[in-house]
Amino acid sequence: MSVNATPTGADVAANAERSAGRHAAVPTQRARRGRAPLSENKKAERRLGWLLCAPAALVMLAVTAYPIIYSVWLSLQRFDLRFPDQREFIGLENYATVLTNEFWWTAFGVTALITVVTVAVELVLGMGLALVMHRTLVGRGIVRTAALIPYGIVTVVAAFSWRYAWTPGTGYLANLFGEGAPLTERASSLAIIMLAEIWKTTPFMALLLMAGLALVPEDLLKAASTDGATAWQRFTKVMLPVMKPAILVALLFRTLDAFRVFDNIFILTAGANETSSVSMLTYNNLIRGLNLGIGSTMSVLIFIAVAIVAFVFVKLFGTAAPGSSDDERR
Amino acid sequence: MADIVLDKVSKRFPDGTVAVRDVDLEIADGEFVILVGPSGCGKSTTLNMIAGLEDISSGELRIGGQRVNDKAPRDRDIAMVFQSYALYPNMTVRENMAFPLRLQKLDRETINAKVEDAAKVLELTALLDRKPSNLSGGQRQRVAMGRAIVRQPKAFLMDEPLSNLDAKLRVQMRTVVSRLQKQLGTTTVYVTHDQTEAMTLGDRVVIMRGGEVQQVGPPQELYDHPRNLFVAGFIGSPSMNFLHAAVEDGRLRTALGDVPIGDRVRRQLDGADAPRELILGVRPEHFEDAALIDDETRRRGLEFEAPVEIVESMGSDKYVYFTVEGERASAAELEELAADAGAADFTGAGASLVTRLSAESPVAEGETRRVWFNLEKIHLFDPSNGRNLTLHEGRAAGALAD
Ligand SMILES: Nc1ncnc2c1ncn2[C@@H]1O[C@H](COP(=O)(O)OP(=O)(O)O)[C@@H](O)[C@H]1O
Ligand SMILES: [Mg+2]
Repeated sequence: MSVNATPTGADVAANAERSAGRHAAVPTQRARRGRAPLSENKKAERRLGWLLCAPAALVMLAVTAYPIIYSVWLSLQRFDLRFPDQREFIGLENYATVLTNEFWWTAFGVTALITVVTVAVELVLGMGLALVMHRTLVGRGIVRTAALIPYGIVTVVAAFSWRYAWTPGTGYLANLFGEGAPLTERASSLAIIMLAEIWKTTPFMALLLMAGLALVPEDLLKAASTDGATAWQRFTKVMLPVMKPAILVALLFRTLDAFRVFDNIFILTAGANETSSVSMLTYNNLIRGLNLGIGSTMSVLIFIAVAIVAFVFVKLFGTAAPGSSDDERR
Repeated sequence: MADIVLDKVSKRFPDGTVAVRDVDLEIADGEFVILVGPSGCGKSTTLNMIAGLEDISSGELRIGGQRVNDKAPRDRDIAMVFQSYALYPNMTVRENMAFPLRLQKLDRETINAKVEDAAKVLELTALLDRKPSNLSGGQRQRVAMGRAIVRQPKAFLMDEPLSNLDAKLRVQMRTVVSRLQKQLGTTTVYVTHDQTEAMTLGDRVVIMRGGEVQQVGPPQELYDHPRNLFVAGFIGSPSMNFLHAAVEDGRLRTALGDVPIGDRVRRQLDGADAPRELILGVRPEHFEDAALIDDETRRRGLEFEAPVEIVESMGSDKYVYFTVEGERASAAELEELAADAGAADFTGAGASLVTRLSAESPVAEGETRRVWFNLEKIHLFDPSNGRNLTLHEGRAAGALAD
């Protein structure tokens, strides 16, 4: 048996062509319509759309745009509440100060490390957990609830319990690992901070990924099975590509979140032994140091870093959004 | 290429649902077999068990003489086409069709050649670099077919592959599927809930109901010699008319008049536990305008008069709906058929009688018309178990047979 374009085949093709012709015209038509000038009707509809969005947009402006602009304004001034008389506009001087400061770069390195490691580990663990929750047939509700408990605990409370667990003498984890005080050394402190972060937010990652798993049609996996794919091939070649948008959303949320890491560090080490994140540093300058100028500069820099991360992710989304394809984007 | 044998195959789901019960079926090498039945009757489950996507609870499945109960789908060498097409959205048409070949680790050139060949057969060449999201339903359907044929598997399994297409395209694709199967000669099991597809496509049709096989045979045989009420009502469009018939003094009292019965049927009605009520079944084409038939034919049937409700002229003939009085035929099978979405055109047990008369008949709406029907072609069913009493050694013989 072989597949050939025999006369019968051509016949079939001709028959099918008739049906194809009608549909082939559809995309070009759609493209043309996109470029055509809008009709009155369409314009009115668009105006209504803007009007409906306006209230929400105004509220957003009031609660987000104003503080952002105000911090930018503060970051351009010398403004230390301990010396209020010396307040003056100094342009980008604060930025030069921060960006040449080694504490800032150490904190930035710590933050980047925590972000990359925790998000990577959470992605892997979260995917595993999501698959388990997705496949569980009996006691689904209980499994999901149990998995979400760490996420439901207040971060500060959880951080305290980690701190006690690692306190030499009384903590069960510290005792388990013998002598020493892990929270007084840099490497082990960072490891514990990351562990606490991962423990806490993996369930959230799993939840987002599970929503993505639900997007993979059962038929697609069945088709891959009959096409000869092993379980691993089904996962990598079918599930992951289809889930890509959901994975990117999860990664974006978690990266932005992880970059602002604060609570765990605050409780576990208070930033000792060079374990400060940029948020910790900002807090120390802004709230404890009362240096509004430098503190605001750091907040603005964090904002810019976060914006860059978000921008990169959104760029990646563009190509991964379901239904998009080369000729539609062109 | 291979034959497929189902030997007392059953499926019980973990929640206790028995979806398929003791199905025996032998599908010859190269045969085109249709599984048909109302939705929920276990067709997909049966197909999934053949594919290896569902475990078999009991019984044995053999493909090419080999027991495959415990083999993974990838080791069974079968290709499946789904109602949803199940195309990989992240891959182009070419990549979709190449996917099974890539998994077989064939070299690039062989893969390309095979994909191009299959694309030519299905007229997909111009679409090879598109993504599925940019294709119409009909085109997607053909890509799904293409992905199945590139591999030259032992068998094709198709689960309602045309159900998502509009009516016109469905008819076109029906011929495509049929020709493709003949050309390739690959064993095919095709699931549908549409009796028209079942009648027109397959070499043999398997009718299922509630997880059990009702009857297996060539389409014409199922049409002419239905084993039971369910098969009779499921096959045929418009469906067979069903009327209540009371057994009295060796005759059947029906809304169409008293129907005489032959010795063979009478013997079945003699027993102490024999049914006192029957269901009479007549297909629409076995009626004729009484004015149009010769005496020879007239003697083989019975005549009645009834008011004409609706006349639908089809050009070649006329569908005429008559109002008939009297008790409705009732049986579990008939209710099931009426409830099933796949048999939306099931009119069999309704208040009106559907007949197909010659185009020459001058019948008009509103008048009362004299109509004849053929007693040799009628079926009698036992309402308690649906059995066709007119069947003798698998052949239906009408009411009068001795
Ligand atoms: N995973 C499952 N668990 C329990 N019951 C199921 C499952 N899949 C199907 N069923 C039941 O089995 C019966 C047959 O289903 P199916 O084979 O899909 O029918 P169809 O003939 O419409 O394809 C139905 O009653 C359905 O509800
Ligand atoms: Mg089905």
